[in-house]
Amino acid sequence: MHDIIVNPFIQQFSVFLLAIFVGYYVVWSVTPALHTPLMSVTNAISSVIIVGALIAAGPEAMSISKILGAIAIGLAAVNIFGGFAVTARMLSMYKKKK
Amino acid sequence: MTQMHVDLTAVAYLVAAVLFILSLRGLSSPETSRQGNIFGIIGMVIAVVTTIMNPEIVSYDWIIGAIVIGGAIGFVIARKIAMTQMPQLVAAFHSLVGLAAVLVAASAFLHPTSFGIADAMGHIHTASKIEMSLGIAIGAITFSGSVIAFAKLNGNMSGAPIMLPARHIINILLGAGIVGGIAMFVVDQDLEIAGVHIFWIVTALSFIIGFLLIIPIGGADMPVVVSMLNSYSGWAAAGIGFTLANTALIVTGALVGSSGAILSYIMCKGMNRSFISVILGGFGGDGGLAVAGAA
Repeated sequence: MHDIIVNPFIQQFSVFLLAIFVGYYVVWSVTPALHTPLMSVTNAISSVIIVGALIAAGPEAMSISKILGAIAIGLAAVNIFGGFAVTARMLSMYKKKK
Repeated sequence: MTQMHVDLTAVAYLVAAVLFILSLRGLSSPETSRQGNIFGIIGMVIAVVTTIMNPEIVSYDWIIGAIVIGGAIGFVIARKIAMTQMPQLVAAFHSLVGLAAVLVAASAFLHPTSFGIADAMGHIHTASKIEMSLGIAIGAITFSGSVIAFAKLNGNMSGAPIMLPARHIINILLGAGIVGGIAMFVVDQDLEIAGVHIFWIVTALSFIIGFLLIIPIGGADMPVVVSMLNSYSGWAAAGIGFTLANTALIVTGALVGSSGAILSYIMCKGMNRSFISVILGGFGGDGGLAVAGAA
């Protein structure tokens, strides 16, 4: 029994499934005024795809893959900086209104 | 990589994932919303730094260059944009995430060894083939769908629904083509049709279906669509996350995917619209609602 380990895919899939439930429950109570900021922060967070782009752009050797990776890093960076900055801006306006 | 480094990396990704959960939670209520944004930023910094510390990443020039250029552009846009243009900005940002997912999946396909997903012969593992093709398909749909959503919200394109004749049949054929193409790619990694690799055919069909799914949806329903596309970008990220066996990406993708779907449902309820009928505008099996509306 000790020599047999669970297929890593099953473990990843477990994490995936549980995270779906977390996402499901976490946003139910959101106030309507926060819909757009929530959307923009979610968008910024989904730019964590940059992790894959970094791996693609990381090797020393030049390749198409490295170029694609670098472009993907740039696109994700627009999102990360833009997304969090614009969310902060929206939230500061929201506070003033109150 | 030593065992300790591998473990520390996994823990760091887990911390990033938890911070993203707290970020979404924070954004659900006004009192905690700013704190939520900050949790998101910290999570992102941890995820990026952890990845860059990976010993397989040895060349930093392009990485730093791309982050600086992209970051500066994003920051300037965020500062200059008018608050009234927020919905189309979010749509534009989604298209970038979709495109980034496409590029990452494409580079994993072209260079599987640097992602550690191929055997010595260069054959990509079956599971990775499924994950990367789902990632590229959903990423492509997110991109082209978001471009249309942006154009409609920004007024570059009329907000009126564009109903192609036989659009449901076209969409069903395209969908079948995508699913069939992925199946063929999984069975035979080197399959080419008319000299074009099956992987690129799947990608092209996905770009096309993304356009076609969104053009029949009216401008008033666009915010819901933007939220749905947000959800898609999450699923695409999760697909790539499985390919890379990266917890942060898998958790974040699932989180964004499900919360985006729920948010679009909540928005529909807020607008007193039926979720199904908004989505049916584009996806519909029979288009009964649209026809009834026109008649």
